[in-house]
Amino acid sequence: MEDYIKVSHVYFQYESSEEKKPDDFALNDVNMMIGKGEFVAIVGHNGSGKSTLAKHFNSLYIPTTGDVFVDDINTKDDEKLFDIRKKVGLVLQNPDNQIVAGIVEEDVAFGCENLGVPPEEIRKRVDQALKAVDMYEYRLHSPDKLSGGQKQRVAIAGIIAMEPECIVLDEPTAMLDPQGRDEVIKTITELNHSMGITIILITHYMEEAVLADRVIVMDTGKVLTEGTPREVFSKVELLRKHRLNVPQAAELVYKLRGCGYELPECVLNEKECVEVLAALMKKHSKVG
Amino acid sequence: MAREITLGQFLPGNSFIHKMDARSKIILLIATIVFIFLCRNFVSLLLISLFSLLVIFMTKISFMKYLKSLKVILFIVILTGILNLFYGTGDIIWQWWELKITTGGIINAVFVIVRIAILMMISAVLTYTTSPTDLTDALERLMKPLQFFHVKVHEIAMMMTIALRFIPVLLDETDKITNAQKARGADMESGNIIQRVKALIPVLIPLFVSSFRRANDLAMAMECRCYNGGKNRTRMKVLHFTGVDIAAAIVSTIIFAGVIYCNIRFGSII
Repeated sequence: MEDYIKVSHVYFQYESSEEKKPDDFALNDVNMMIGKGEFVAIVGHNGSGKSTLAKHFNSLYIPTTGDVFVDDINTKDDEKLFDIRKKVGLVLQNPDNQIVAGIVEEDVAFGCENLGVPPEEIRKRVDQALKAVDMYEYRLHSPDKLSGGQKQRVAIAGIIAMEPECIVLDEPTAMLDPQGRDEVIKTITELNHSMGITIILITHYMEEAVLADRVIVMDTGKVLTEGTPREVFSKVELLRKHRLNVPQAAELVYKLRGCGYELPECVLNEKECVEVLAALMKKHSKVG
Repeated sequence: MAREITLGQFLPGNSFIHKMDARSKIILLIATIVFIFLCRNFVSLLLISLFSLLVIFMTKISFMKYLKSLKVILFIVILTGILNLFYGTGDIIWQWWELKITTGGIINAVFVIVRIAILMMISAVLTYTTSPTDLTDALERLMKPLQFFHVKVHEIAMMMTIALRFIPVLLDETDKITNAQKARGADMESGNIIQRVKALIPVLIPLFVSSFRRANDLAMAMECRCYNGGKNRTRMKVLHFTGVDIAAAIVSTIIFAGVIYCNIRFGSII
């Protein structure tokens, strides 16, 4: 897979930190590669530096030392700033605070208008973007009449209309109810599959991370471990040690294994969990 | 609380008025307001009132919505009406001590009430039929000549867009904070006016803090979407004058001329 974003030896310190102690760094030697069209989840608990990292991908923050490359452009390059922001869109946590205009379709158009896209082209892109997130019928509504999940999908549409190659979502579901969370996650996976947009999902819900191609776990500004969801969530002890959860299904199977039941090493979701438990019960009933 | 605010409330529709260019709506609104105040007798007042009602009818928005826009200022309308009863000259109808109601006073009162009512309703036509973005866009275009005097027209228009967008958000937030403080035992409803104003402080401070946070987030979101202060910006909906605007301008001009004619023909009664 072609590399799209390259993070190499990034250290980042907030300007407000008074003394420059080594552990003041919000990011502490972060290295990672993100491939084109990949769906990556970055997990970690509060203060692990995952949101700080998210803001490095489209040069909202510039590394104190080290480099971030987006499609071979260094994010430090001031002249390429708008090129980078066009390529990498960022969706924030609170949907209310990122909607600029008072009408859904006009908000979606905001990014394109800033880029100087001709009016007919904007119209086309806005309609497509709203259809992609399944909000087309709400195009003339006022954002404050929508639910949280709907607002977040409008925010995503606003980014899609700019035709980015990559979308970074910084805890997009943290303020949503379970239904809104499902809507947003479904939209994200759909964008990744059908439009081939690279997705970087920052989250603290492990159930969401399971859907990604690759999971990167962060802790105290460093990459703790990474791999496919199956690899990462089989390291239950390591994650536990760093105060991180695993998906509930994985935890149940892990505990049963601890009690001496013969179960496969890693189970990711409810469906798999039901299957392995059913298999186990069949085996036991035969023995009994 | 948020439900009572009709300011900046856009009701999408497909009427002639909706189809008009926002710029011509603003100009004609200002002209209509001027002519409402130029009326000097009942004939011209009736003419401009009928014209306004016709416009309101043409928006195809329920009349109740317009009456609601009046509700907010009902108190002011009644108060100015009553005050005007006592100012005026002419035959005395009723007198008590120094207060006297005269025929002139009654005419004044009727004039003031009708004027304010029509003024509110015709202004509501603009906000009901124009999307906030169109409205600020039109103001930006109309204020363009001010750039010559180094007025930052685009920035003002952007501030208005954001303000209109966040009015309902902040109202909601105020409700939430008020409830949160009440749950902590804050007393907002009793005491004299000074105590009640003081009781608002625990609501206002969190509201300010969260507004700054929102502003920070919004600035970041705008930067992410390549906002650079309006340079080389295009618009999805380009404003342009059409036949509807020309027709509206012609009809309005006829009505305005009618008002002037009636003023001269029937004389001044106020």
